[in-house]
Order: sequence, then C-alpha cells, then structure tokens
Amino acid sequence: MDRTRVLEIWVGLFVALGLAALFMLAMQVSNLSTLGQGNGTYTLEARFDNIGGLKVRAPVSVAGVRVGRVTGIEYDISTFEAVVELAVDEDYAEFPRDTSAQIFTAGLLGEQYVALEPGGAMEVLEPGDEIRLTQSALVLEQIIGQFLYSQASGDKEK
Amino acid sequence: MIETQEQDDAAILVRVRGLRFARGRRWIFDGVDLDIPRGRITAIMGPSGTGKTTLLRLIGGQLKPHAGSIRVDGREVPKLGHTALYELRKRMGMLFQSGALLTDMSVYDNVAFPLREHTALDERLIRDLVLMKLQAVGLRGARELLPNELSGGMARRVALARAIALDPMMIMYDEPFTGQDPISMGALVQLIRLLNDALGLTSVIVSHDVQETASIADYIYVVSDGKVVEHGPPEALNRSESPWVNQFMHGLPDGPVPFHYPGREYLDDLLDEAG
Amino acid sequence: MFTGLLDTLQRLGRAWLDFFNRLGRGNLFLLHVLAGLPGLLLRVRLLVQQIYSVGVLSLLIILVSGLFVGMVLGLQGYRTLVDYGAEESLGVMVALSLVRELGPVVTALLFAGRAGSALTAEIGLMKATEQLSGMEMMAVDPVKRVIAPRFLAGFISMPLLAAIFSAVGVYGGSLVGVNLLGVDEGAFWSQMQSAVELEKDIYNGVVKSIVFGFVVTWIAVFEGYDTVPTSEGVSRATTRTVVHSALAVLGLDFVLTALMFGEV
Repeated sequence: MDRTRVLEIWVGLFVALGLAALFMLAMQVSNLSTLGQGNGTYTLEARFDNIGGLKVRAPVSVAGVRVGRVTGIEYDISTFEAVVELAVDEDYAEFPRDTSAQIFTAGLLGEQYVALEPGGAMEVLEPGDEIRLTQSALVLEQIIGQFLYSQASGDKEK
Repeated sequence: MIETQEQDDAAILVRVRGLRFARGRRWIFDGVDLDIPRGRITAIMGPSGTGKTTLLRLIGGQLKPHAGSIRVDGREVPKLGHTALYELRKRMGMLFQSGALLTDMSVYDNVAFPLREHTALDERLIRDLVLMKLQAVGLRGARELLPNELSGGMARRVALARAIALDPMMIMYDEPFTGQDPISMGALVQLIRLLNDALGLTSVIVSHDVQETASIADYIYVVSDGKVVEHGPPEALNRSESPWVNQFMHGLPDGPVPFHYPGREYLDDLLDEAG
Repeated sequence: MFTGLLDTLQRLGRAWLDFFNRLGRGNLFLLHVLAGLPGLLLRVRLLVQQIYSVGVLSLLIILVSGLFVGMVLGLQGYRTLVDYGAEESLGVMVALSLVRELGPVVTALLFAGRAGSALTAEIGLMKATEQLSGMEMMAVDPVKRVIAPRFLAGFISMPLLAAIFSAVGVYGGSLVGVNLLGVDEGAFWSQMQSAVELEKDIYNGVVKSIVFGFVVTWIAVFEGYDTVPTSEGVSRATTRTVVHSALAVLGLDFVLTALMFGEV
C-alpha cells in the first residue's frame, strides 16, 4: 500500500509539473498574455502605396502600445495599392474617423509594424471601415535616392 | 463402438481426432488421435522435439491446427471465438516449464492474480483463498518473496498454486520434472497426484522423464514423428513389444532411433573436400 | 551473373514483403491495443504505475537535457545575434526553436532511448519468459493487461515531458542570456511574448509531441510484443525500437513542419 502511495504521489507531481510547464509556455512565452484574455477583435482596413517589408502577424500599435496585429495583406488591382487588414483588440475599439496609419520599422533592421495615430474627429471607426490617411513604409533605397538627389540639386543651387 | 456425443463428453474431457499441424514445411502432428479421460492423469510422452508443448498449446487454443478436431469439455477449441475461448481457459490451468510467474509481483500477488482479474471478491476473501492454495503447495511461508528469489522447483510450485487458484477442471503440465533435483522432483510428483485426487482434476502431463511420469500416470500416450506410436497404462508400455517404445521407456542409447542424426555416409563426408 | 541478379531481386522482394508484413501486423496490433484502452478507465492503478515508469523516471533526463539545450541556444544565439545588434531577439530565437522544434523532437528522441527501449526490453523479456503466454492461458489478454496501460502511459507522458523540456529550456536560455550575457530582461521576455503565438507555435508544438508520443510508444510496445523470444531477440528488438523511433520522429517532424509552417 505504501509503495503505491509513493508511486501515485510521484505521478501526481509529474502531471502537475507537465501542466505547469504548458501553462508557463502559454502565459509566459507566448502572446496569450499580451493579447488580452481571448477577447474578440474587430477588423479595419488601410490602403498603402507601398508596404515595404510588412508581414502578416506584424504588430499594430498606438502610441507605442500594442493593440492588435496585421491579419491580411492583399493587392488591389484596380487602384494598384496594397490593402492591409488590421485586427484590433475590442478593448481599444474607439478610434476617431480621422485616425491615420503609418508603417514604421522597429530599430534600424527590426521588423516593420503599423502605427495608428488617432485624430480629433468625434465619429468613430466601425468594424470593417477603412483608414483614409496612410503613409507608406520608408524604403531605404528610396530615401538614399532622395538624399542623393537633393544633395546634387543643392550643390547646383549654390 | 459407437457412442453418442453426450456419453463421450461425460467420460472424456479432451478428445483429439485427426490432428494435423505444421510448422514451416514440417508436419509436427500428422493425424494424432487421443482421449483424455476426466479425473485421471494422462501423460503424453515422446522424445524432445516431437512438439509435446505444441500439443498443449493446441489444446489451450493458443495455436490453431491445420486440420482435425480438438474438443475440450464438448467444445470445439479451434472454432471458438475470443470470448468463448477465454471463458474456457478460465477452467484450464497450465503449468509452464519456466513457471511463467510475473516477475514484478510477489508470490502472494502472483497467486492472487487470476482471482483479482476474474472475480470481484474482496481482498479478505482473496487472502484466504491465496493462503489455502499456497498451503496446498507448501509455500505459505514464502508469500512475500519475489519470483527471482525462488528456486526452480519452488517457482513451479507457486505456478501450480496459481494454476489451481480458480479451481479449474483440468491442469496441463509442461515438462514439470525437467531440471529438478531429486527432492523437489519427489515433491512435485506427489503434489500432482495429490491435487488430482483431492480436487477431482483432470491432469495432462507432457514429459520425457520416463520414470517419474510412469510412476503417477494412469495412462500414457507415446508420440513420435507426428503420430501416436503406442498408448496404454504404464505397466503395459513397460512390457511393450515395439522395439521403439522399448528403447524409449528404458532409455537405451541406440535402437530403432539411431544415435546419429540422418546424413550422408561418414566416410563420404570425410573424403569429400570441396563444398 | 544472371542468377546473381535474380538473387538480389529476390532479396529485395522479400525485404519489401517482410516490411509490409510487419507494417500490417503492427497495425492490427495497434487496433487490438486501442480496443483495450476503454477497459483501462476502470483500472486507473495500472495506468498510474506505468506513467510512473514511463514518465516520472524519464523526468530527470528531460529536465537536465532541457536546461542544457536552452543554455546552449542562449550562448550560440547570442553570438550570432549580437553581430547584427539584435541580441534583444534572443528570447524569440530560444523560445521558437524550443517550442516548435527542439522541445518535441529532442524529447521524443530521449524518450525513445529512455522509456521506449525499456518498454521493449520489458515486454520482450515477459514474452521470452512465457509470462505473456502464461497470462493468455489464465484467460487474461496480455495486450489489454500489459500492453494497453503502457501504451496509454507513453501517449500521456510524452506531451507533458516535451512541455517540461521546452519550459526548462526557455528558462535555461534566459539564465544564460539575461543573467550571464546581460541581455535586457524586459526585452528578452517581451519580444518573446510578442513573437511566439499561442495557436500557431505552442499549439503546433504540442500536436507534434502528441504525434511523436503515439508513434514512439507504438513502435516500442510492438517491437517488444513481436520479439523473437530469446535474449538475442530482445536485444535486437531494443535496438530496433531506438533506431526506428528516431527515424520515424525525424521523418514525421519534416512532414508535420511542412504541413504546419510550410505555407507562410
């Protein structure tokens, strides 16, 4: 009897440890804790001329706080624009109509993300609405090109 | 002699007819007929390698014959389904040569094993039954030991206690005397006879130990080359006129069974060089 | 010349047939084992005993290996990432490698070596000493009584062990990365949390470990049950368990990874 008791205690400990490890992976390692407790999301759309290296699953943030993520990227053949689908946590649902979206890069070589900047309008964006004001990603080659061009023209003016 | 099936089943527990069984391309049994009467000790003897153990496995339904009939207690064993076969096996005990005790359990738990598996008795009753069975084989004091602490003879006696735990109608002994010292051999011989008579069992012994087997068997079948060569009570077989049976029963080194395994002429083999 | 070719062909054909023969028997055996599982619900004690010998006894090797694998990942990852100034992503790298790949795969390999070989040897020896046959003659189905609890125990233990391995590994990575090499603790954890996804990464890792647990335990109990009942047969079966499990795990890992992460 005593032996089976020890055995059962060990097995209980083992199972508890395994479940604790799973729990730790879910809470501590993954994005479960950062995404709210499985709340619903609502979808917004934003059109960009150029999304640079933006990927599906990239973060969406407001004032540096993560509020959602990119769930879809498509190309609209009629307007030649990229259509980006953003899933935003319902907790942060109240965005003014004139909110603008920009694509930034975290650090020099880091991943790209969508930053939303709320405007001052009284009306609120409904699920499925489109964000009108967008600014495309900065593409390094373009910036360098512009820089060289302005340098050159500046030299001429002198 | 034409008996009806019922009368037959009343006297004969195991009836084997026209049994054929092959392993690979070799016929181990090629038309074996035998009857094992209820309440008696029947021995099946023969030289090593004649498939005596195979015969027990056929009776127990662990192997299926290629032809012929094996009836145990009126039921055709090869035709039984899984459930019916397991029901029948609850009433058969088998003593393996090695004892086949479960090595991770004590002697007590080994004997209790079939009771716990097949009955819903509570532990106190099981304890009584186990102690009774262990007492019968004289090992009540060894109940806390593990199988690897037992001698070969003791392991077989424990296995015997386990085999009778469910009060079966028959017990099959596979080479019970092999590799036993004279004392444990004597104990086993006495035990088999005693249990058979006291519990009203039917016993089947498969063995090639002529002296011991002949001393307790009521009836002996001698099997060789896939056939029953001779059968009868021990005294009759001892006086058998068949030279083969004579050689076997008295353990003569040469006779109809040659000392040499069949092969080419010795001289030819020696002179032959290239393979 | 010509007969030599024929002989080779015949050997090839026989090996092929043998392979399918074994596969078929393995599948039938699996069905038999699965049929024995419902009965186990009534006999939890048998299961507990096997979880002890399959799971608890594998715990130490899993804990130690997990810690070291995580620490090595921390060291190696840091050396690579620091060249790009991206050492803050160390947490992401360690966690993703562990959760997606190393956790399930290394655990399955260790599990095959520690628990699988022990299962095969134990069952093989029970067969060689006629214990399985003896049970059959006692009207106890050895597949249900002996194999099924061991199979279920392996199936349950493996995902738990893989989770423990990954968790300890992440801890080991943070130990080296944060405490030893000075990566910012906040960045280490927050980057990890924003990059590792519950549904995709953790969930898929768990699915992998469940599949590996199923396959490794299946191979182990089948090899044991199918052993040639001699001491040589048992040792061969044990070796086969480890080799076949390793091959199956690595092959399946590729297939599963392609299915799960292939179409991004």
